[in-house]
Amino acid sequence: MNETNTFLLDGEEIPFTPGQTIIQAATAHGVYIPHLCWHPEFKAHGSCKICTVKVNGRFGSSCTMAAQAGMNVENRSTELDDKRRTLLQMYFVEGNHFCPSCEKSGNCSLQATAYELKMVSPHFDMFYPDRPVDASHPDILLDFNRCIMCSLCVTASREVDGKNVFSMGGRGLLGRRIHISSESGKLADTDFALTDRAASICPVGVILPKRKGFAVPIGERKYDKLPINLQVTEETQ
Amino acid sequence: MTDFSRIDAVLAHHDRNGTRLVQILREVQEQLGWLSPATLSYIAEGVGWPRAQVSGTAAFYSFFHTRQRGKYCVLWSDNITDRMLGNTDLMDAMCKKLWLEPGRVSEDGLVSVNTTSCTGMCDQGPALLVNYRAVTGMTLQRVDEMAELIRTEVPIAEWPAEWFAVQDNVRRTEILLAGNFAPGSALRAAHERAEVDGLSSSNNRSFRESLPHGIAGPMAMLDEIQRSKLRGRGGAGFSTRFKWEACRNAPLRADQERIVVCNADEGEPGTFKDRVLLTSYADLVFEGMTVAAYAVGATRGFLYLRGEYRYLLEPLEAVLARRRAAGLLGKSILDIPGARFDIEIHLGAGAYVCGEESALIESLEGKPGRPRVRPPFPVTNGYLDQPTIVNNVETFASAALVALHGGDWFAAIGTKQSTGTKILSVSGDVARPGIYEYPYGVTVRQVLADCGATDTLAVQISGPSGMCLAEDEFDRRIAFEDVPTAGAFMVFNTSRDMFEVARNFSHFFAHESCGFCTPCRVGTTLVRNIMDKIANRHGSPYDINELFKLHRLMQGASHCGLGNTACNPVFDTLNKFRPAYETRLMSLDYEPAFDLDAALSEARQMTGRDDAGAHFAAHSPDEANA
Repeated sequence: MNETNTFLLDGEEIPFTPGQTIIQAATAHGVYIPHLCWHPEFKAHGSCKICTVKVNGRFGSSCTMAAQAGMNVENRSTELDDKRRTLLQMYFVEGNHFCPSCEKSGNCSLQATAYELKMVSPHFDMFYPDRPVDASHPDILLDFNRCIMCSLCVTASREVDGKNVFSMGGRGLLGRRIHISSESGKLADTDFALTDRAASICPVGVILPKRKGFAVPIGERKYDKLPINLQVTEETQ
Repeated sequence: MTDFSRIDAVLAHHDRNGTRLVQILREVQEQLGWLSPATLSYIAEGVGWPRAQVSGTAAFYSFFHTRQRGKYCVLWSDNITDRMLGNTDLMDAMCKKLWLEPGRVSEDGLVSVNTTSCTGMCDQGPALLVNYRAVTGMTLQRVDEMAELIRTEVPIAEWPAEWFAVQDNVRRTEILLAGNFAPGSALRAAHERAEVDGLSSSNNRSFRESLPHGIAGPMAMLDEIQRSKLRGRGGAGFSTRFKWEACRNAPLRADQERIVVCNADEGEPGTFKDRVLLTSYADLVFEGMTVAAYAVGATRGFLYLRGEYRYLLEPLEAVLARRRAAGLLGKSILDIPGARFDIEIHLGAGAYVCGEESALIESLEGKPGRPRVRPPFPVTNGYLDQPTIVNNVETFASAALVALHGGDWFAAIGTKQSTGTKILSVSGDVARPGIYEYPYGVTVRQVLADCGATDTLAVQISGPSGMCLAEDEFDRRIAFEDVPTAGAFMVFNTSRDMFEVARNFSHFFAHESCGFCTPCRVGTTLVRNIMDKIANRHGSPYDINELFKLHRLMQGASHCGLGNTACNPVFDTLNKFRPAYETRLMSLDYEPAFDLDAALSEARQMTGRDDAGAHFAAHSPDEANA
C-alpha cells in the first residue's frame, strides 16, 4: 500500500487501497459511518443516504464515493447527524415500525441507528401505509410494514442464491415496494428457502423465520449488549 | 382471457429481448388494454427475466396498468397552467356527467377519469389524454360531447378530429425555427469541411473510422462544435464538445458500439418546445443526431420520446423512413460505404424522472427509470455499458446548424458564455402563448412584452425545478450565466396566488419521485403534506420552518436532480411571496395537521348524515380569528 493513500475522516487519518469507497476504508479501519442499505458483502446500493458525509465541503454518499488521497471527510458532525436523524424519522413515519412488538427489536439496524443518533421521536406525522403481510411461506414471514427499501434481499437472492426471488419495483412513496417473483405475488409460490442468504440479510424485521419468536430474550440481543457504533466489522453477520 | 398469440407477436418483433421490456409492455398494453398478472408472467418467461423484475418495471410507469382499466381512460393534464385555464371544474363536470369518482373505474368497467402530470400542451390547454391520445383546448361543451361519446361507446377513432389537433403556435423565429433547412445539407457540409487526409482506417468498427476522410472529418466537426461553444439545452448547460469528445475517446470493448440518445422526454411542466421541434422540424433534430454520430463515431441512435407524445410516433417513423430512403440514415450514409448509423424511437410511459439521462438509459434497457450512481458517467458506461451521449432535442437541432454554417457563425449569436438561441415555451397569463425563439441574453421583460403579458406578478422559468422570478428581477437575462432554462416560461399575473402555484408543484414532485432515495421519496410527500396543511388553514410558522429544513436536507442529500430541486418552488415563493403563505397561517404557534371534523367524514358517509350535529365545528378558522 502506498503511504500517500490516506484521507482524513473527522481529523483522523484513514488508510485505503485504491478502489475502496470511503465507507469501506472507514469500516476496515474500525470507524463507524452510520448506514442502513450498505452491507460490506455487497456492492453499494446508495439509497438510504444515512451514510451521507461531507467531502471537501460537499455532500456525498460515502458508500458510493471512491476514497481519494488527501480528501477531507466530515462524518459525525452535528450538521450531518442532524440530517441523518431527519432521514431516520422519515423511515419511521413512512413505514409502520412498532419496536416493542417486533421480533427484530435489539437486532435491528434501524432501531440501533436511531438510538445511536439519539432520535427520540418520529417528529413528522405518521403515514400509516397499508402494507400487507405475506405469511404464505411455510418457514418464513414477510412483514413489509418494516421495509426500508434497502434492496439487500434483492441483491442477496440474485448474487448469492442465484434465485431472483425479489425485485424492487414501483414508483414513489406509495408504489415502491418489493415485488416477489410469482404470479400470485406470494412467497410460497417461489423457491425461496430458509437457508437462502436472502433469508438472513434483512437489517430490519421484514424477513423473519417462523416458529422462532424471541429465542434470544430482549436485553441479550446484539445491540442490547453494545451500541452499533462499537460493532464495526467487515465480517459477515 | 389473455391473448397469448398477440403477446407472442410483440415478443417476436422485439426478438424476445428483455432490454426492450418497456416497449414490449407498451405494445402489449396497446393491444390488450392492460397488463394482467398472467400477461406479465408470459412476458417474463418470453424474455427470460425474473417475473418480479417485469412486474416491478410495469409498476414503475404511470401509463402501465397492472389492474384492469376502463375501456376509456381519461387523464387530465394537471399542470398549474391547466389549472389556471379551469381544468379542475371541467374534470368535476366530466365526473358528474359520468357518475364517477376521480381515479376510480366505473362499476361497468367503462371509464375512469383522473389527473396526470403536465402533458406538454400548456399553450393550448386545458389538455387531457384519452387512452393516451393527446386532446387539447377542452371546454365545457367538449366535456359534454366527450361524456356522451364515452357513454355510447363510440370508438376514439371516430371522435372529432379537431379535438386531437395540436398547434405549433410558433410566434418568434430565429435560426432554429426559420424552417428553411434542407435535409442532408448539414451532413454534407460536415463531410466536406474536412480536408482529405488520405487516411482510411483498416478497422471499420465505427462510422468515424470507416469514413474515407478517416479521422479528419469527425475531428473537424468536433472543432466546429468547440468553436460554436454549444452548451446543452436541457438546462444544465454542459459543454457539448466535452461530452462528445469524452464519448469519442471512451474505449470500446469487443461487440460494443457508441450510442447517440436524443432526450425527448420533455416532462418538465410548462415545457413544450421539443414537441414543436419534433412535429415540424424533425429533420433538423435527426440530422443533428447523425452529425453527433459522425463526430463521436456512433452507429446506433435512440430517440426517447415521452409517452404523452405517443401521437408523434408514426409521423416520426415516417421521417426516419424518408431519411433512410434518401441515404441520410442507414448503412452507407451519403453513399459513403460503411458509414452507418440508424435511429430507433423508444417511447416512455409517464415518468418525469426518465428525463434524467441515466434514468433514461435505464428505461431504454427495459428497467424502472431509476437514476444511476455516478460515476461512471454515460459517456463511458451508458446504454448497455457502452459509451453513450444523451443530449436534448434542441441541442441536436443546434448542432445540425453548427455543422451547416460553422462554429464561428453560431458563436456570433447570443452572449459570450451562452451562444446561439433558446426556444422558450411560453404559457400562462399571456395574450399569445406558444413558442418563442430568442438569441441568448434576452431579458425576461422583453419576452413578457412580446407575448402580451400584462400585470405580471411572477414568471416561473425552467419549470418547477427552475426559478421563480418576481417583478424586480424581470431585467435579468435568459442565459447560462444569469437565468438558465430548459425552456419553460410560465407567466402569472397579479390575480394569481403564488402559494397555490408552489402547492401544485409540490404535488407534482411527490407524484414523480422515483422512490429510490429516502430524502426524495419521503421528503417530497412531507413537503406536499405541509403545503396541504397550510392550504387547509392548519399551518403555523412552525410549518414554514419545517419546509426550510426539508429544503436543506433534500437539496444536499438526494440521489439526483429531482430531489435536489424539488423544494425550489417552495423555497423561491417563500422568499419572494411570503404573504401568500402567511395569510393562510392559522396561528403563530404550533397547529396539528389533524382535522377532527374531517376525521368524522367517513362516519357521516356511513350513516348518511350531514346535519350540523354530525359536524365538529369548534375548530373553524372563523372562530379562531374571533
